Amino acid sequence: MQDALRLLRSSPWSARFGMFVVLFYVFMATFAPVLTPYGESEIVAAEYEPWSSEFLLGTDNLGRDMLTRLIYGARNTIGIALVTTVLAFLIGSVTGFLAATLGGWTDQAISRVVDILMAIPQLIFALLILTIVGTAIPVLVVVIAVLDSTRVFRLARAVAMNIVVMDYVEVARLRGEGLWWIMRRELLPNALPPLVAEFGLRFCFVFLLLSALSFLGLGIQPPTADWGSMVRDNATLITFGDFTPILPAASIALLTVGVNFIVDWFLHQTAGLKDE
Amino acid sequence: MTQILTMVAQRLALGLLTLFVVSLIIFLGVELLPGDLTQAILGQAATEETVAAFRKELKLDLPPHERYIAWLGGILQGDLGHSLANKRAITELMGVRLWNTLFLAFISAVISIPLALGLGILAALYRNTLYDRMVNIFTLSSISFPEFFVAYILILVLAVQLGWFPSISNIGEELGFWERVYRSILPALTLTLVVVAHMMRMTRAAIINLMASPYIEMANLKGLPRARVIVKHALPNALAPIINVVVINLAYLVVGVVIVEVVFVYPGLGQLLIDAVRTRDIPVVQATGLFFAAAYILLNLTADVLSILTNPRLLHPR
Repeated sequence: MQDALRLLRSSPWSARFGMFVVLFYVFMATFAPVLTPYGESEIVAAEYEPWSSEFLLGTDNLGRDMLTRLIYGARNTIGIALVTTVLAFLIGSVTGFLAATLGGWTDQAISRVVDILMAIPQLIFALLILTIVGTAIPVLVVVIAVLDSTRVFRLARAVAMNIVVMDYVEVARLRGEGLWWIMRRELLPNALPPLVAEFGLRFCFVFLLLSALSFLGLGIQPPTADWGSMVRDNATLITFGDFTPILPAASIALLTVGVNFIVDWFLHQTAGLKDE
Repeated sequence: MTQILTMVAQRLALGLLTLFVVSLIIFLGVELLPGDLTQAILGQAATEETVAAFRKELKLDLPPHERYIAWLGGILQGDLGHSLANKRAITELMGVRLWNTLFLAFISAVISIPLALGLGILAALYRNTLYDRMVNIFTLSSISFPEFFVAYILILVLAVQLGWFPSISNIGEELGFWERVYRSILPALTLTLVVVAHMMRMTRAAIINLMASPYIEMANLKGLPRARVIVKHALPNALAPIINVVVINLAYLVVGVVIVEVVFVYPGLGQLLIDAVRTRDIPVVQATGLFFAAAYILLNLTADVLSILTNPRLLHPR
């Protein structure tokens, strides 16, 4: 506990800024219903009302309160991105550890499949699949998670490769421990630091991909409040010099910048990385 | 020399194999569809005759392998099939747009590559100074921005408030070269901002990595000026990773155009792809998807070959 506090005190201002941003977003997402004056998809006024004391950030293209939707957007967009990233990590690290422990043809088979999946640009692949299967939220989550798990697999396999040759893994094998036990008790604790740092980066990628898809109208569907689609719906306002539609995009940017700052610091800490 | 040729041939064969598998995935994706594609597209209200006619049109009544061979054969002969939405030939739809997209990627590359290399070398030269830190924070942030955020900020500032550039890139055949450059400058700037950060960081890292090696120390001890050491001694050896990251970013440019094209209503392939996805025009999605994948694979392949050519040590792994 004291170590953690000392570590926090030694953190650079960029990492502190990142932590502040993330905490702020978590707070907003958790207490969305309490903080917002109106309902998520409640139509409260005419379209495109300007900023006023009643509607702090004005209203959107259907007359819904912008501020309310912005806060609910934190909940929906971040929530879905988080679930997707967790799923990607489950798939990626389990297959990566499996490939490393089993080796041989299992490793070859999984690695070649991953090579091919990685040869196709993610956005194009996602678009292709979503055309065919449609854009329900569970589909979206699974598709992006599977595509993203390929990068997790690469890392998990590379890290685990260095661990399976250790003596203590050999001992565990000789003791007759099962595959699952070795993966969970020997590999996972030792592979955790790089995986945690990667989690932050993958979350950013998933979050950006999801927002891009929503922005293209192919991600999270209305009336669910979501930052990507909010930008698209209100983009016409920008040509009149109003920057309200950029706010959701700025919210996305701020969160990813915050997470990146934390990951940057974390990487320096764990890897003892100098400024290279 | 023969060694290099075999290596290139091997990589090429591997790339073709990947492309073949990708084409299989793109084609068979439609097969894996839960339920019937025709039902999904035509809706529940479709009569049996329309469904049958539609199936015939997509040749869904034939077995999958026959259809795949016919599709691939058509593509190899330059026939990409017909759009479901407006029945026009896909080659005709793609023709001009393909050039527009390549044009946009080309302008962005021309702006971003010298900029990234210059900034990267400067950051390595003035390492750990205020300039270096500022660039580090700036690039770390711009990597994490969504493309449409950058795009709309540029529109708001440069197009709406200052009125320097048009916010919509209306590109036509009849325009002169410089007029086209002028009209596509905002999307090109957006793409530049998105890719410069990554290239610049890699350039800096590659050079700083080399600066620790003995022969650089020797050059320093000889009393050569720092700029000369970096440009003459370090840069040639840092070329391999730099070329690699440049080409990978070019591949990203070709794909990254999708969102930027939508924001600026730029008449390119990305726009075509998105429209086709929205109307579920599957033949068009397959054709454009295959094109993007092919461009991506080809450029990554080029990156591999080029980095081996500039650093012959990579010919002998381990």
